[in-house]
Amino acid sequence: MKKTLLAAVAAVALVWSAGPAADAATPDDTLVMAAQIDDIISLDPAEIFEFSGAEYGAQVYDRLVTYDVNNVSDIQPMVAESWEVSDDGKTFTFRIREGITFHSGNPLTAHDAAYSLQRAVKLDLSPAFILTQFGFTKDNVDQMITAPDDRTLVLQIDQPYAPTFVLYCLTAGVASIVDSKLLQEHEVDGDMGHAWLKNNSAGSGPFMLQQWRPSEALSYTAFKDYWRGAPGLDRVFVRHVPEAATQRLLLEQGDVDVARDLLADQLNELRNVDGIVIDEAPKGTLWYLGLNVKREPFQNEKVRQALKYLVDYEGMVNTILAGQFKVHQSFIPEGVLGEIDDEPYTFDVEKAKQLLAEAGYPDGFSITMDARNNSPTIDMAQAIQGTFAQGGINLEIIPGDGGQTLTKYRARNHDIYIGQWGMDYQDPHTNADTFAANPDNADDAAAKPLAWRNAWDIPEMTERVRAAVLERDAAKRARLYEELQREHMEISPFVIMFQEIEVVARSADVEGLIWGPSFDSNFYWKATKN
Amino acid sequence: MLNLGRTSLGKAAGQRRRLPRPVRNAIGVLVSLGLTFLGLLMVTFLIGRVVPIDPVLAVVGDRASPEVYERVRIELGLDRPLYEQFWIYLSNVVTGDFGQSALTSRPVLEDIARVFPATLELATLGTLIGVLLGVPMGVLAAVRQGRWQDQMVRVLGLFGYSLPIFWLGLVGLLLFYARLGWVSGPGRLDVFYEGMIPTVTGMILVDSLIAGDLDIFRNALGHIVLPASLLGYFSLAYISRMTRSFMLEQLRQEYVTTARVKGVSHGRVIWRHAFANIRVPLITVIALSYAHLLEGSVLTETVFAWPGLGQYLTNSLLKADMNAVLGSTVVVGAVFIGLNMLSDLLYRLLDPRAR
Repeated sequence: MKKTLLAAVAAVALVWSAGPAADAATPDDTLVMAAQIDDIISLDPAEIFEFSGAEYGAQVYDRLVTYDVNNVSDIQPMVAESWEVSDDGKTFTFRIREGITFHSGNPLTAHDAAYSLQRAVKLDLSPAFILTQFGFTKDNVDQMITAPDDRTLVLQIDQPYAPTFVLYCLTAGVASIVDSKLLQEHEVDGDMGHAWLKNNSAGSGPFMLQQWRPSEALSYTAFKDYWRGAPGLDRVFVRHVPEAATQRLLLEQGDVDVARDLLADQLNELRNVDGIVIDEAPKGTLWYLGLNVKREPFQNEKVRQALKYLVDYEGMVNTILAGQFKVHQSFIPEGVLGEIDDEPYTFDVEKAKQLLAEAGYPDGFSITMDARNNSPTIDMAQAIQGTFAQGGINLEIIPGDGGQTLTKYRARNHDIYIGQWGMDYQDPHTNADTFAANPDNADDAAAKPLAWRNAWDIPEMTERVRAAVLERDAAKRARLYEELQREHMEISPFVIMFQEIEVVARSADVEGLIWGPSFDSNFYWKATKN
Repeated sequence: MLNLGRTSLGKAAGQRRRLPRPVRNAIGVLVSLGLTFLGLLMVTFLIGRVVPIDPVLAVVGDRASPEVYERVRIELGLDRPLYEQFWIYLSNVVTGDFGQSALTSRPVLEDIARVFPATLELATLGTLIGVLLGVPMGVLAAVRQGRWQDQMVRVLGLFGYSLPIFWLGLVGLLLFYARLGWVSGPGRLDVFYEGMIPTVTGMILVDSLIAGDLDIFRNALGHIVLPASLLGYFSLAYISRMTRSFMLEQLRQEYVTTARVKGVSHGRVIWRHAFANIRVPLITVIALSYAHLLEGSVLTETVFAWPGLGQYLTNSLLKADMNAVLGSTVVVGAVFIGLNMLSDLLYRLLDPRAR
């Protein structure tokens, strides 16, 4: 009996004795990253619309134009070496750079650029609206976007939009240049290679897709002939590590070079650890409360204002959200044209009570809030529950999974929704169009911007948003957005609270990673290892 | 002879020719299998359609234009009545087409073929550890009932029942990976070895042996040993408790006393007499525990970044990717039924009465 047990213990011990075969260090020529990448549903830039997918697109594809990640207002040439806008503001002519080749070896020409934009419009997938808002449709796009020769690309748009608006939209992932010859080889039933490209790559960027195993790993190999110079490392390996604590262990053990999704307290502990560096990059994601104007109290502007005084902005940023959020109360994030840094609201219970009394709620009221059951949403919600209570508002939190709360929000069945909003492209219009425009407040409206979801009927402000996107003078345009935001802050049913900061923990051995203001401006190609 | 017990039935059937009994049995099994799967699919399908999650959102995201949203809704067949949706799904499944996963853009079968071997590998090793240690421990506890060995086994089992696996996993990683360096970290292989051997079974331990690469085998073993031991510990807790109570019951029987009186050695009484009699119920216990692990332990998989069925199924559920959920459900169902049939088979081998 004892012998049997001993034998069994010995057998199990034998399995354990295999131990770690290699020493815990990442290979010198490989960047190894731990990240949550299970949001990727497709690798086709005409379909990619998630954070991790956008970041993938930025490594594998080039775009016509780009912006300086340190100064977003500086739009820079990329595949297009120069461009001109016609006097009527409706024709954009791009000069395509010579000597760029795709990973396949095919040369990149203006025809590829035209094909890429036409393709995104014709496939009409999630991010296609970024292009179709210029009047491109399946039927007219072949005439509106043309390549008269190998080096020239001409875009004709339907209205004289602000040139900055058009160019910023072209910096978005959906405007990535794809290898038209390669895609035509993989075309099935006229799908322009979509089925194939979901799991493969056809780009000219610094990295080539090596392998994608969904919710497991994404790996890249360097494209040595990249036109801006070969990448610093031969390989990038991104492992899907869902648990933050595991990411931290991997980083500390040297099994990964970069950990992407650490939590505030873990980052604080790592700040003092030798050999680990914390990078911070404000991202264009805002956190806000949406107050459904269908609910009686929120029809009163004073109640909406009162709630803006019942959020402890500084308190949260200094405690539960430390390091990963900054206070931001206007709808255009820092780092974008037209941004303002006004912070009119502070945590002020007296002021809030006074406003509530004026609005006819001296004793407050009871209300619910839908919140995703994850960190930091639920933490924020709980903090807000506490500060609301001080103003006499009894808040019940309804936790739910992401899909659940979002479905409810889109059906306008919430009282208060707490959530985040990320920019779709690096132009102020993307946020103005959702926070401050609501063309049709009917229940069956086609467009469902955030203003619609909170049943905020604002025909006049919607017009002003429209005017701002047509203002061709950049300085004047910025002023229009500033005015819009100041008014918005005062009257809107949105309690805009924070702007997110992406915090990345990396080994000090890795240098040169670029963390831009959006996920499709995070770049690995200049990274090197000591 | 076969018709002995069924004479009346045979008469009622008159002169009609009947299929031989083994064939009829096989048909009966198949029909009940079919009905089981049908019920399984129907319930899962219904649950998937009534949860308040919009499956279109999972595909197009929150920002898509209304036209795109509407088109995808029609593509997913969500504009049709429920029974029609189910019928379409069912007729595809019969031809072996489980549809595409909305989240990975790949056929569901391909996804499952990728994630299931990871779970299979982990669950098998876990069960092996659980059985190897749990059975002798259970026997020991029964033989030394009430003494310190029994108490120890009880305490160990109690911890196994009550400790959250998530916490234990992290503590295990901290201790054995970070502090002691005895095992490799989360993931199935070091990055250095990734993609170096061809995928045959999808189980790296097996594939590396097929490829004859012992370095990779050792590396994979270093990665799997901790999560497998953790799962093994939890199944050990269950198996040792059950073994103990089965054994106690046998040891109280008179044949044991008789054997002892006749002077049969202690070890022989325990293993040859008592233990031989608990093999059959024990197989059920082990099969159940194995099947449980094969569903994929989502928490273990999350802590250890193990790309298995548990994570896949949970992810798909949370994003209302119904094709993936249904496909995984069929796999889990098949595993249960398969293990059941296997334990039936083992009964017949081990229990003379069942032959």
